[in-house]
Amino acid sequence: MRLDMPASPAAAPALETRGLAKSLGGIPIARGIDFRLETGERRALIGPNGAGKTSFINLVTGHLAPSSGRIWVGGEDVTALPPEARVKRGIGRTFQINTLFAALSVLENVLLPLSERRGIAGRMFRAAAADAGLAEEGWALLERLGLAEDAARPVRELPYGRQRLVEIAIAIALRPKVLLLDEPAAGVPSAEAGIIIETIAGLPRDIAVLIVEHDMDLVFRVARRITVLVQGAVLVEGTPSEIAADPRVRAVYLGEAAAS
Amino acid sequence: MSAEAAPLTAAPSAAVAAILGRHRLRAVEALPWLCAGLGFFALPDYLALGSQILIMTLFAMSLDLVLGYAGIVTLGHAAFFGTGAYVAGILALHGWSEPISALAIAGAAAGLLGVATGLIVLRARGLALLMLTLVVAEMLQEAANKLGWLTGGTDGLQGITIAPLLGRFDFDLFGRTAYLYSLAVLLLAWWLVRRIVHSPFGHSLTGLRESAIRMRAIGAPVFRRRLRAYAVSAALAGIAGALLTQTTQFVGLQVLSFELSGTVLVMLVLGGIGRLYGAFIGAPLYMIAQDQLAKQDPVNWLFWIGLLLVLIVFFARGGILGLVDRILMAMGRRCA
Ligand SMILES: Nc1ncnc2c1ncn2[C@@H]1O[C@H](COP(=O)(O)OP(=O)(O)OP(=O)(O)O)[C@@H](O)[C@H]1O
Ligand SMILES: [Mg+2]
Repeated sequence: MRLDMPASPAAAPALETRGLAKSLGGIPIARGIDFRLETGERRALIGPNGAGKTSFINLVTGHLAPSSGRIWVGGEDVTALPPEARVKRGIGRTFQINTLFAALSVLENVLLPLSERRGIAGRMFRAAAADAGLAEEGWALLERLGLAEDAARPVRELPYGRQRLVEIAIAIALRPKVLLLDEPAAGVPSAEAGIIIETIAGLPRDIAVLIVEHDMDLVFRVARRITVLVQGAVLVEGTPSEIAADPRVRAVYLGEAAAS
Repeated sequence: MSAEAAPLTAAPSAAVAAILGRHRLRAVEALPWLCAGLGFFALPDYLALGSQILIMTLFAMSLDLVLGYAGIVTLGHAAFFGTGAYVAGILALHGWSEPISALAIAGAAAGLLGVATGLIVLRARGLALLMLTLVVAEMLQEAANKLGWLTGGTDGLQGITIAPLLGRFDFDLFGRTAYLYSLAVLLLAWWLVRRIVHSPFGHSLTGLRESAIRMRAIGAPVFRRRLRAYAVSAALAGIAGALLTQTTQFVGLQVLSFELSGTVLVMLVLGGIGRLYGAFIGAPLYMIAQDQLAKQDPVNWLFWIGLLLVLIVFFARGGILGLVDRILMAMGRRCA
């Protein structure tokens, strides 16, 4: 039972976790993570390889079940909800490794989440194209992300950087309240990475964004605050300059560099 | 949102319009029905074979819905075909000889079996799923073998009589009624499946085929969708099986066999999976090849079918329709 439950839902953070813990095969990958993301906030989550960043996202989306701890979205406890129900509460995500509808066109890749959001995806006997405004909304989204010229191409034929944009397009199509981006620009040539980051920076201000990213230059362009995760636990949280100056963070990263 | 959207920088291209207009009927889609109609008049001696082709086309189309669209790989689809066949046979032998209502009951029974078994087997993926579908069909065949009082065991169900269709058209010796009846049922089923694959639900099935993980992440109830597709497909397969019973007045254990599950899979792969019309190419081709080759080379005809399949798999991914697509595209590029 929480004693400090916010008085009004408007004051509730977009996302909150308390004591979130998880072990896989006896190895702890989340160790009591307390995390708070305000409405419209832009936050970066950094940490060395294997720190548990992806696992944290999977815990929040429900792809992983926590051993203990609780998760709130907009003040509502979603710990017991399956992933699809959390999506309805406003959780959207992208994947570190492309998880797209590879054989389908770019347009179809965004029409699928749009249909889910509109609650029409279970309809069996009406042509999908009959739904008013669906295709238009999909098209407008692709234009916004500069993907319109590739709309009819199968996603698997796109260059990697464009595929990363489709990852984001699918998530945005859900109009999430909380958007979890798992290394959206990883492996993308720097020119294209810039486009991806500008896209993220230009998202509507009411979306709270958590971005996992290794490249500090990119992080600084999006996030005002940074959370550092090490071995499944939050090491420190602060502004970019605080993080850059923090000796513990330096130790972790220097240790990393020394070890590799 | 649209009110404040920036003016379009580019109008949706013809290719986009084509994607959005795929649910509209095109002229080529009349082709199978023209062929089937022509066959009725031109080949009156082959109507029995013709009915079986239509029935296998329906069966293969039902498989396409789960395999080609939803990406559920099954080696036990005969379970539903056979259930429909036996239900129709048992109904007829117990006095329910009106064909259309029996067809509906058989389809419903197979659909229910699809739900019941789907609740278990669809929890598995990949190889485990394949094995489970196979096991379900094997268990059913064994049950049909053991329950001789109901199914006739290895002798099958004989002496089935079917009342005239719509109370007027006898199932004649030449198979005319059987052929037109099968054709009408196939046409209805095609219309239904066509609607489904172009519906939002049908699109979500292709999404499940491509990435179930992503479908979960965009809020789709993955298991329920798969189960629904499985049940609809099972019902259609059951209707195909019931049609076979009603048009041949016989049911044998082979309607539940692994061989039949494999054959329908081969037919579909030959024609091309996930394209709705693969069944309409693969089933006729296989059945006609079987008929002709078995006459000319009764020992080795399966070898020739096998060779054809190997060639398809190596040189024409996407089956014959996939090949046609690529040829048309190459020609289009040369013309452009
Ligand atoms: N399914 C799993 N089973 C067992 N261990 C796992 C599993 N998934 C992840 N792990 C382990 O959990 C730890 C955290 O992994 P995670 O992928 O969350 O790290 P990360 O911070 O996202 O790393 P990276 O920067 O490499 O993406 C790692 O030690 C990893 O080996
Ligand atoms: Mg990761």
